[in-house]
Amino acid sequence: MIWRRQLSSDLPAETVGDSKFNDAWKKLIPNMDPPKTPSAYMSPRPPTPSTIPSKLTVNLVLPYESVLAAKEVDMVIVPATTGQMGVLPGHVATIAELKPGILSVHEGNDITKYFLSGGFAFVHANSVADIIAVEATPLDQIDPTLVQKGLADFQQKLNSASTDVEKAEAQIGVDVHSALNAALTG
Amino acid sequence: MASNAAVPFWRAAGMTYITYTNLCANLVRQCLKEPYKSEALNREKVHYSVSRWVDGKPEKQTLRSDIPE
Repeated sequence: MIWRRQLSSDLPAETVGDSKFNDAWKKLIPNMDPPKTPSAYMSPRPPTPSTIPSKLTVNLVLPYESVLAAKEVDMVIVPATTGQMGVLPGHVATIAELKPGILSVHEGNDITKYFLSGGFAFVHANSVADIIAVEATPLDQIDPTLVQKGLADFQQKLNSASTDVEKAEAQIGVDVHSALNAALTG
Repeated sequence: MASNAAVPFWRAAGMTYITYTNLCANLVRQCLKEPYKSEALNREKVHYSVSRWVDGKPEKQTLRSDIPE
């Protein structure tokens, strides 16, 4: 197997990145190229445009699927732990933890709703919103009888729970099923 | 900055965020309608094979998740 060695004439003369670090390195070790620092690998923060864009770009991603990829919409309402949060174009950069609840995507007169099981929403200064969740289902794929049954089961488990872990699991069950219930009836 | 800020109830009970989120996702999957439910549960199946090693040799018993099914 022939390993193609990169000729030193191929490589760029300067490695992009921290200039102070590079200068200090060159003073000390002029013959070796300075190593790259983490900031050289990071893409720069997206710039805040001077005028507010007219549309919000939304990415809704799950571990196994990209439900919405760079979709231009007017508004999204995300189920943050602090309550339903509306995101419009020009929203301040925010990171929000999500609780199980409904994500609604508003585009003109159409509203598409997904039930999210939890995750995070990142809003960037350039009106791009990244929503990451573990599960997102359209509301018509949820079975109401299973939701009612689950809610009753977990409420009973919560009453009969003894250890902290059991109580926590039962409480999570009650929270998720109540959110599912509210999503189906609301 | 309060370092003893109110922790969520699941963290107070010793659960990590990943365990919590995966539990929530699993509960949602259990509540789906039929074709979607089995697709979702199948997607999340994990197959593994576990063997214990003693003195540099594997013990005879190997646990495999796909055999019983």
